[in-house]
Amino acid sequence: MSIRARLLIILAGLILIPLWYIPFWSISMTAPQYPEGIGMYISINDIQGHNRHDLQSINTLNHYIGMKEIHKEEIPELRIIPWIVKAMIAFALIVGLTGNQKLLISWVVLFIVLSLAGIADYWWWGYDYGHNLDPRAPIKVPGMSYQPPLIGTKQLLNIRASSFPYWGSAFLALSFGFATASAWLNKSAARPQN
Amino acid sequence: MTKLLTLKNIVVVTAVAVGAALLLTGCPSGQGNLLDRGDAAQKTYVAPGEYDEFYAFFSGGYSGQLSVWGLPSGRMFKNIPVFSQDPETGYGYYEESKPLLETSYGFIPWDDSHHPHLSQTEGVADGRWIFINANNTPRIARIDLEVFETVEVLELPNTGGNHASSFVTTNTEYIVGATRFSIPYETDLDVPIDSYSENFNGAFSLIKIDENTGEMSLDFQIIVPPYNYDLARPGKGPSADWIFFTTYNTEEAHTLLEINASAYDKDYVAALNWRKAAEYVRDGRATMIDAEYYHNYYDKSQGMAVSQIKDQVLLLDPKDAPGILYFMPTPKSPHGVDVDPTGEYLVAGGKLATVIPVHSFSRMIDAIENERFIDEVDGIPVLDYDATIVGEVENPGLGPLHTEFDGNGYAYTSVYISSEIVKWSLETFEVVDRIDAYYSIGHLMIPGGDTVNPYGKYMVGLTKTAKDRYLPTGPKQNHPAQLYDISGDRMQLLLDFPTIGEPHYAQAISRDKIMPNARRIYELSDNNNPYAIKRVADARVEREGDVVRVYMANIRSHFRPDNIEGIKLGDTVYFHLTNLEQEWDVVHGFAIKGMNTAEVLLAPGQTKTLKWTPTRTGIYPFYCTAFCSALHQEMQGYVRVSAADSDVELTWRTGDL
Repeated sequence: MSIRARLLIILAGLILIPLWYIPFWSISMTAPQYPEGIGMYISINDIQGHNRHDLQSINTLNHYIGMKEIHKEEIPELRIIPWIVKAMIAFALIVGLTGNQKLLISWVVLFIVLSLAGIADYWWWGYDYGHNLDPRAPIKVPGMSYQPPLIGTKQLLNIRASSFPYWGSAFLALSFGFATASAWLNKSAARPQN
Repeated sequence: MTKLLTLKNIVVVTAVAVGAALLLTGCPSGQGNLLDRGDAAQKTYVAPGEYDEFYAFFSGGYSGQLSVWGLPSGRMFKNIPVFSQDPETGYGYYEESKPLLETSYGFIPWDDSHHPHLSQTEGVADGRWIFINANNTPRIARIDLEVFETVEVLELPNTGGNHASSFVTTNTEYIVGATRFSIPYETDLDVPIDSYSENFNGAFSLIKIDENTGEMSLDFQIIVPPYNYDLARPGKGPSADWIFFTTYNTEEAHTLLEINASAYDKDYVAALNWRKAAEYVRDGRATMIDAEYYHNYYDKSQGMAVSQIKDQVLLLDPKDAPGILYFMPTPKSPHGVDVDPTGEYLVAGGKLATVIPVHSFSRMIDAIENERFIDEVDGIPVLDYDATIVGEVENPGLGPLHTEFDGNGYAYTSVYISSEIVKWSLETFEVVDRIDAYYSIGHLMIPGGDTVNPYGKYMVGLTKTAKDRYLPTGPKQNHPAQLYDISGDRMQLLLDFPTIGEPHYAQAISRDKIMPNARRIYELSDNNNPYAIKRVADARVEREGDVVRVYMANIRSHFRPDNIEGIKLGDTVYFHLTNLEQEWDVVHGFAIKGMNTAEVLLAPGQTKTLKWTPTRTGIYPFYCTAFCSALHQEMQGYVRVSAADSDVELTWRTGDL
């Protein structure tokens, strides 16, 4: 691996560090009673309201339709994902230091697999959250479930819910970009030798 | 006799009588119509969802409250209870607020709130606090403009009718108070009323403001002759160290004042150098005298109002403090004294005068330096009228009262008897425009018109009778206010709207100074009320002898606990209610059957306590009075009250079927 390729994969690892500080996803909700909107930011290790007390407001609203309350302490992913990202950073550093091309390819493949698993997990969390409702909930609308959209906007009763990537996702994309660029450099460097 | 009854004489007499009647009743002017340029609606239209340009604060007068309005729309936003109990919000009924209404005369559920004044920085309203005086049992209140609630009330001793109040100096160093009715100083002194001149005195109060917290303290008082002190204005710019007061009843009458206090051609404008007076006080020239007064304020560390009883006040006698106080003769029973934005002109509204007298501050200083004194009253020099007067505005109408300024060289004076506003030039002292008021105008207000930097765009007239202006609502109608456009050469009437209480005086300020600081919730984490609960899980009921304390959580859409049993006749029950919501404008309320106080409304994050003494056994429903949510109607509960000797155990629950 060339120095540039090694630097790129190291960069791909290090650029994941901001994910501890910058949310990668945002769910926003507006309703007649919430003209300014409420919502939450999702980070690899945290869920926070757009404003200080938004999570409490969301939980208060959701109890009417029997959704579970969102408490970050009760979401295991927020404890597991940081370790996975740490592992990916360490792995990227190892790839950069050893210059092993096979490991590089493994890193890229692992990144794709983990990303897909993450999306699947997020969808499943949303499904469970929107379908697994308390049977004693005061508001029951036949046939209605409240799964937030995976990505995009959806009308759920009086609430218009939008789910979109947030700035942290840019670092994920950059990381993936740097890693594939690294692989690309290796590939084009290898070609003339053939 | 027959000669007098000739046809010619009858015609002449009739003509004179008709003419006199027309003069006395006033000709229909039609001026309002002439000035209607057809764009008034456009100028006052604030589209749904848009914001007004100004916050305006109208005193409630005899409602004891302060109302908040938008200009130019004339929409009312809020009515803030200050000196009066308010069953709507529970103010003055719930335990945390009750100390605010304590006085040396006991708990007082009402007062007459007259002059709101915004705190200032460098002569301009800063939007931090608004102060307002209680006229009847003399007090000053402070309203915090982050939350729009009354947070402090200070009683003034030695004062009868705190009317010349609550005006702040240009950097809110002091607020002034003054006695409208002179009274004996010694607490509870029992003397004949006709010993007035001997035993009665006036008092100026200098109330210091803490620049960070806004907290008021009565720094000192100044003993003055037994006149009526009507209104006050601190100076600005070159005159910023001075406060000007109007006096009437320099005749020292104590009965039938409408005649006996209107005898002299001139009364006085008193000029007080407050900075010098404060220095004398620091130098020890004041004496400490006994006095009894209350200082009530929200103690931030306790989250509830507390009352502090004070028993002394520093008193400064002008005889011991030369150079602090002068009298300027001014015609006749002057009401307002207003200082123009430059601080140079002092405009007195002589309510019985035929001109508007304008004193010059710089000429006053010259007159003092050159000792142009014509008299002395109790050690207070009386200045020569000709030495201080700089202009007399001719033909101002009948009964000029109050003046505000547009910052463009013009003054606007309200004129009560002829029910109009006159606009006059500060250069020529001549009237340049006049417009009708509907009807009998008291104060007028230009946003910033009492500061060094007026917004010369709008003017509000605060009038005393509505008569035929609106759909009639019986023999007693609400007081009106009018909005005028003063941006052009001629004043234009834009809006005429009813208000609440008696909007005596008003203040207004650009929305930019208040909107960004307006709080949306009370942070639960900052709630220091000892009876607050921070979590639903902390809700409980505790018995301490015959006192039962209910620590009750309010959250959409239930109370916790909502079934309480084991209360007995003879118990005193305290409902300590905490609104656990942390969302803007999600308000809960509480009321229980037979409660002889009022409901309470709880803003998000607030804790309030209602005291309840049941007098009959039985089942008492309680419910949320604020339409808080879709299941508001389900937000209810029951209290069971048993006989005094019953053995029902104290239990509580929520949600167990």
